Amino acid sequence: MKINELFAEELSVVNIGSPTFLKDLDSQAVSYENLEWTPPAHGDVELIRVLDKLEKHKEEIDEANDRVVARVKAATGYLVDCKKAIDAIPGMKPNMILHSGPVQDWEHMADPQKGAVLGAIVFEGWAENVEEAEKYLLSHDIEFSPNHHVNCVGPMAGVVSPSMPVHVLHDEVNDTYAFCPLNEGLGGVLRFGKNTPDVIERLLWMKNDFMPVLAAALKICGGIDVRNIIMQALNMGDECHNRNKAATSLFFREIAVPIMKTDFPMEQKQKALDFITGNEHYFLNLSMPYCKLAQLAGTGEKKSSIVTIMCRNGYEFGIKVSGSDTWHTAPANMVKGLYFPGYSEEDAAPDLGDSCITETNGIGGFAMAASPAIVKFVGGTVQDAFNYSQSMNEITWSSNPNFTLPALDFKPSALGIDIRKVVESGVLPIINTGIAHKKAGIGQIGAGLVNPPFECFKKAIIEFAEQFED
Amino acid sequence: MSKYTKVLKDSYFDSVTLMSLSAKVKKETGASEVTVLMATDMNKDLIAKVGLSTDEVVNAGTNDCVVAVECDGDAEEAVNAIVAELAAGSSAKKEKKEVTYHTQAQLYKDLSPNMVVISTPGRFAAREARVALENGKNVMMFSDNVTEEDEIALKKYAVERELLMMGPDCGTAIVNGAGLCFANDVRRGSIGIVGASGTGLQEVTVLIHKQGGGISQALGVGGRDLHSEVGGLMTMQCMKALNEDPATDTIVVVSKPPAADVEAKVIALAETLNKPVVLIFIDGSREGQEGNVTFCTRLSDGACKAVEITNGRLAVSFDLDPSVYETLAAETAKLAPGQKYLRALYCGGTLCSESLSIARNSLQNIRTNLARKDEEKLADPLVSEYNTIVDMGDDFFTNGKPHPMIEPSIRLDRIVQEANDPETAVILLDFELGYGSHDDPVGITIDAIKEAQATAEKNGRHIVFAAYICGTDQDRQNFAASRKLLEENGVIVTNTNEQAAILAVKAAEGVQ
Repeated sequence: MKINELFAEELSVVNIGSPTFLKDLDSQAVSYENLEWTPPAHGDVELIRVLDKLEKHKEEIDEANDRVVARVKAATGYLVDCKKAIDAIPGMKPNMILHSGPVQDWEHMADPQKGAVLGAIVFEGWAENVEEAEKYLLSHDIEFSPNHHVNCVGPMAGVVSPSMPVHVLHDEVNDTYAFCPLNEGLGGVLRFGKNTPDVIERLLWMKNDFMPVLAAALKICGGIDVRNIIMQALNMGDECHNRNKAATSLFFREIAVPIMKTDFPMEQKQKALDFITGNEHYFLNLSMPYCKLAQLAGTGEKKSSIVTIMCRNGYEFGIKVSGSDTWHTAPANMVKGLYFPGYSEEDAAPDLGDSCITETNGIGGFAMAASPAIVKFVGGTVQDAFNYSQSMNEITWSSNPNFTLPALDFKPSALGIDIRKVVESGVLPIINTGIAHKKAGIGQIGAGLVNPPFECFKKAIIEFAEQFED
Repeated sequence: MSKYTKVLKDSYFDSVTLMSLSAKVKKETGASEVTVLMATDMNKDLIAKVGLSTDEVVNAGTNDCVVAVECDGDAEEAVNAIVAELAAGSSAKKEKKEVTYHTQAQLYKDLSPNMVVISTPGRFAAREARVALENGKNVMMFSDNVTEEDEIALKKYAVERELLMMGPDCGTAIVNGAGLCFANDVRRGSIGIVGASGTGLQEVTVLIHKQGGGISQALGVGGRDLHSEVGGLMTMQCMKALNEDPATDTIVVVSKPPAADVEAKVIALAETLNKPVVLIFIDGSREGQEGNVTFCTRLSDGACKAVEITNGRLAVSFDLDPSVYETLAAETAKLAPGQKYLRALYCGGTLCSESLSIARNSLQNIRTNLARKDEEKLADPLVSEYNTIVDMGDDFFTNGKPHPMIEPSIRLDRIVQEANDPETAVILLDFELGYGSHDDPVGITIDAIKEAQATAEKNGRHIVFAAYICGTDQDRQNFAASRKLLEENGVIVTNTNEQAAILAVKAAEGVQ
């Protein structure tokens, strides 16, 4: 009998529930592991019923999830062009302003996002200055749209107006495109809501001088493999959300010669290269659209329980699941982290931006083990970083052999956030992120860690389960 | 008097941690009310009853933790101190560990344990057990409040897979020499035990140890295993496993009386085994030996029979020193007129049942929360009447709280309450030592015993105290010192639970 095998073996215990008996296992030198148990689904009886129902349809859901992660892993991402949003993005309209996060209106918009919108109106020449911009906005038919609705992603405020330049990335496997505005650098920038003349001026330079150089260089080199740079950078200390030093350097190595080969005046080429060199987060705006492309490959699987979008607009956090077009939203959380001198949590805006598409795709916070340097920035210890990456395997369907974590013996990074696992375990995705000042225009005031609200996953799983029979 | 209530959102703590913390804070600060509970509907009612509820508490969910204090000093400060202590506890755990697991599925990717001990709140326990069994793990389920349907389904599955499904409501096991949950530190040996009762199993292992025997395995199966519905599924599974176990020479089965159909099945199985079997059915009707099967109705008798069969002799005599009877007579003589009833306050469920069975033989008007018959039912478990025998480990007392064996302090007020009742003559208590139990159950109770005696004496009365300590010389709580402390305070301490019950009943009988 199998019980008799137990009698012949060394006892090895898993404790689930109260830790009260553990000290006695210690004193008897019995080997044990204590599960960090919490009630499934936060103890919500209705959600447990939903989980039990989904358990009966496990096979078909699992199969759908296998298909999703296979497509996500296979997706490629080449930076092929840099164009104005209106020319690049299908669905972009002349009166449209894109923003980060789920659907939002002017009334509820977070201050940094509002500041960025007003700056964009000035940038477009629709108004002379910021005061006029607000009047223009209220008297004209400006259409707001989440970036994700047109396969675009933007960090922080994520504001994209029609003539802003965007990176154009192409997935050769699925022949799809994703887009992302260019990273302006740190400090007083539009994505943190700053809209002063110097910010507008930089944006105009990016459009008039930088964009044509980059576009021409990309024609010369035939595109740059962004996924490949991420693979390398993860082995060089980046997690490609909050640390992009290695990736930006790798990108520079690929783009420098093609830029020099273009026919533009030397000064313009030098300035373009200086712009990339001077901003170690340049690559974030390539990492993000690659992750968007990969997740796009994973969408449309009705029976899959995998999350393909997570984003926030400084007001709400929103997620989407592969097979559904519904935004599942809840109020965005505050980021817990380290503040630059002179700032505190009181100054912070709630969680903001599309950049957690990186976590959705298994890098960023999920790959913190690859980036011990990041803990200095967001707080915590190197061991914490390892723990975060390990623990994400509890809520993901798979892992991505493209993205490996050297410090964890090149373990693949966790991939495919499964709403069933999130709801059951109560473990939430870990996002490492910048913290924006709650007032427009002040900029980044710190960085730290944040989770999506559990509520988003609760709503998602309830809707997801509706398609299955009891 | 100030009050303060705080709700910690999405902060799960197990009830034992919370109860121990609130008991500790209450003792340290002298606050009149310290409530640290998860916001289940039942707990929310409780918080409202003590007047510490707020709108926030009303709206709190089951994953939120409520910390509330009422005290003479600054209640807010006290609440914040508790919150800080809770936070410190959870971060200390995290720092120590390199990898933490939140789900079994994740754990089994890295590790291959062979025993899963489940002590979650009952409504979540079956889910976890199912996952464990599906992964080929043996299960010990300490949790109670699990439905009988779940129990049957889990046990059927375990029987098919030839795995252990000990419990629900299994408090005691010794597997491969290791005590799990509540167990005493006893010698290893060749007697294998299956027990449908926690303290019954403990008592038998303790008495076997004292008689020079040793334990190969002691497997709890949960109190309902021998009900008709469950049909003895796990008892019989364990008997078969012990029969195959080369380290086991004698098999003992301990239970309250099984359902008749199940009893027949168990006996039939016992007869087919090739080892001697001792069946201890408390309150049972059969005694004596038939073939390889020996029938007993008392725990100590069963333990002694098992050792005699295995070792050929007993190491000691459990007989009480004659002086104990003299002490009893002297104590009883001090009772005032009107003092006539027995009040037995038990932590151990099966020990309680055994005492109830003994009391029924001699006393009229017995009230108990274990009653199957209506006329024996204690109207309010919190208030004794006539001869009362209370199992304080019963669901009524433990729902959302730690078992009194872990936290015997829930019995302290009751001891004093009994002494305030002019009809109380004898207070009978049990103390469990060993793994899982409180660090010093006698020590924590002794002040209440003194206070009870003082209260009685102030009112011209005297209480006869009798007690049994279920423990061995190897248990980490000092058995000898515990016994001495009780005796120094006038408590009559016996060698078996049965004796304690007999003496207490005798004292009460004398004045009724």
